[in-house]
Amino acid sequence: MTIESSRRDIGIAPTAPAFWNNPSIRALFYQLVLVGGVIAVGAYLVHNTLENLARQGIATGFGFLHREAAFEIGESLIEYSPADTYGRALLVGLLNTLCVAGIGVVLATILGTIMGIARLSTNWLIHKLAAFYVETVRNVPLLLQLIVWWDILRVSAPGPREAWQVLPDVFVSNRGVVFPLPVYHPLYAWIGLALVIAIAASIYVKRWAHARQMATGEQFPVLRTSAALIIGLPLLVFVIGGMPFTLDKPELRGFNFSGGHVVSPEFVALLVGLVVYTGAFIAEIVRAGILAVSWGQSEAASALGLRRGLALRLVVLPQALRVIVPPMTSQYLNLTKNSSLAVAIGFPDVTSIGNTTMNQTGQAIEGIAAIMVVYLTISLLISMFMNWYNRFVRLVER
Amino acid sequence: MSDITQPEIALPSEKPPAATLGAIGWLRTNLFNSISNTLLTLFAFYLIVVLVPPLFRWMFIDSTWIASSGKDCRASAGACWAFIGEWYRFILFGRFPYAEQWRPLIVIFVFIAMFLASCDRRLWGGKLIAIWLGGGALAIALMFGGFLGMTYVETSLWNGLPLTLILAVFGMLFAFPLAIMLALGRRSNMPAVHSLSVAYIELIRGVPLITILFMASVMLPLFLPSGTTIDKLLRAQIAIILFAAAYLAEIIRGGLQAIPKGQYEAADALGLSYARKMRLVILPQALTMVIPPLVNTFIGTFKDTSLVLIIGLFDLLTTANTSLTDANWRGFYWEAYMFVGAIYWCFCFFMSKYSQYLERDLNRTNLRRG
Repeated sequence: MTIESSRRDIGIAPTAPAFWNNPSIRALFYQLVLVGGVIAVGAYLVHNTLENLARQGIATGFGFLHREAAFEIGESLIEYSPADTYGRALLVGLLNTLCVAGIGVVLATILGTIMGIARLSTNWLIHKLAAFYVETVRNVPLLLQLIVWWDILRVSAPGPREAWQVLPDVFVSNRGVVFPLPVYHPLYAWIGLALVIAIAASIYVKRWAHARQMATGEQFPVLRTSAALIIGLPLLVFVIGGMPFTLDKPELRGFNFSGGHVVSPEFVALLVGLVVYTGAFIAEIVRAGILAVSWGQSEAASALGLRRGLALRLVVLPQALRVIVPPMTSQYLNLTKNSSLAVAIGFPDVTSIGNTTMNQTGQAIEGIAAIMVVYLTISLLISMFMNWYNRFVRLVER
Repeated sequence: MSDITQPEIALPSEKPPAATLGAIGWLRTNLFNSISNTLLTLFAFYLIVVLVPPLFRWMFIDSTWIASSGKDCRASAGACWAFIGEWYRFILFGRFPYAEQWRPLIVIFVFIAMFLASCDRRLWGGKLIAIWLGGGALAIALMFGGFLGMTYVETSLWNGLPLTLILAVFGMLFAFPLAIMLALGRRSNMPAVHSLSVAYIELIRGVPLITILFMASVMLPLFLPSGTTIDKLLRAQIAIILFAAAYLAEIIRGGLQAIPKGQYEAADALGLSYARKMRLVILPQALTMVIPPLVNTFIGTFKDTSLVLIIGLFDLLTTANTSLTDANWRGFYWEAYMFVGAIYWCFCFFMSKYSQYLERDLNRTNLRRG
């Protein structure tokens, strides 16, 4: 018996609820109020802003992007001179941000993974050292660390004549870090091509071996073959090409180094600071990821007769990655966003160039909007890439 | 009856091998249990020998504790703690009137007392909110002064550690209600409410704090009707509140998602309105669940307040920076930053340890033993 019929039985007519008690009408009302409020506040702010801008005689719009910037930029990956436009200056900043963030993400991942594994080491000394690193670095503001790294290079590092030699031909001085680079030779393009072919071939070999193992049960040493291909093929091209290899070594001439590649103290301080800081957070993520795979999984793998390497690669790692990848994404995003602290130590990233632009043109709103769009785009791209990668490692339920 | 016969006389139990006992046994199991581990131990030991003794000598043996100016310090190779002795009051309190610096000192202790009170679980709930509001009001009153014979001190002179604490505590306190609304908005079925919440949260989380601080310091004055001025400290505070709210909202949303559907349905079945359902049933459970990540966000906010250096506010890091520009004492940046770093570290380390303890303790029922 339905409610309707039972009501009819006892003689109560169903009453429609009052329209103000209807949930969908209420929802519509609330949303109208909210949207109306947001629009009203927004309109009020825009009105005030336009009035203030007009009163202070500040131009609006992005026309300034095409005007001459007229300021120097310390380091740039592309050609730049003060005669170029603000737009190009911001592009220089964007490339600097991407450069420091890209190198930083790779190095922080390596450092963090080593430290995370070290924290789980059975070796008492090693895990205490790793814990000391993590606990010290995580609990001190990044900005303070950046300033200390910068001061080490600015104040404590000697001049080029007494530069610290940290590795053969790598010198640290108050002018930055200078290291040797191989001189470009046309053959290197062919070596690059050989590398691409080798990687493509290894992927093919892996698929073929997997198909054959599924069909016949026979195994094929995929890892060794791929390693031989990826190292061997470029090497072969290099040897056939006559091994052209000259290093552009830094040498002390007078008061500074000539030759080699120089990176500024600001860049080094920012990169080292970001890597050391983010590495500590990644170490914790890696540790948690490994701990999340229960010991029974390793035992089950060895009970199946898998060797340690195979057990790690086929059983433990896929499960650990599932836990590791999402928080790792947010660390990569954090590193990229934290690179904006470059403005405090004078590295010309997109934030500090945007800041200079705002100060020169007075167009704060457009300047901040440009910086925000850049970071939002980078964040979105990193999230998209990591989500794509996450699809490979997450739990596939059948 | 058992077939196994016990020996008539129990043999005295033998001692375990000497190599597994005492200090040597500990060393063997923890440091030298395999060839690779032995190599690692030797490497770590080498690092410690290279780094620690020089650091120790710099800090304690070669250091100068009493000096009238930086010249006396430069004669020795060690740390110049006399610099901290000379400047610690400026680093802690900045340009706050010297004779009145007991006020910010009390403010620091008020905040520490608030943190300690927050650890007491009997106070969780309404009482804790009252304590934070009361403590915050007391701190602001002490900083401003202007009553009971205390001179009035304007906000531009609120410097050093009290400023760092004020920005962090008020940032968290005012971000919290905003974050709850955003989290509920993001879970709402109403498309307009949902999309506005998502847009706000993702916009703020997608950009660095420094851009929000720039926005607050440059654009906020433009937003207001001409003629109104807005305090510089208040601008930074608003930026930190807006920023923290987006991160808090995501954490609270995590808690809301973890509440089983049955709780929502039970509250509906009892005929509770939306507001009462949330206030009485859902939020108390969801918020308790997310306290450890909330503490972590607070630590993050605490560290992030150092960014106000860039927009020219005198927080703990800026005062340390400023102390280094004195011509008499130039170049002792290690001492200044170690001092400031140690203060930040103490606050953050103990909060993070407490959050880890809490996480284990709140999860106790969900953990397997062993």
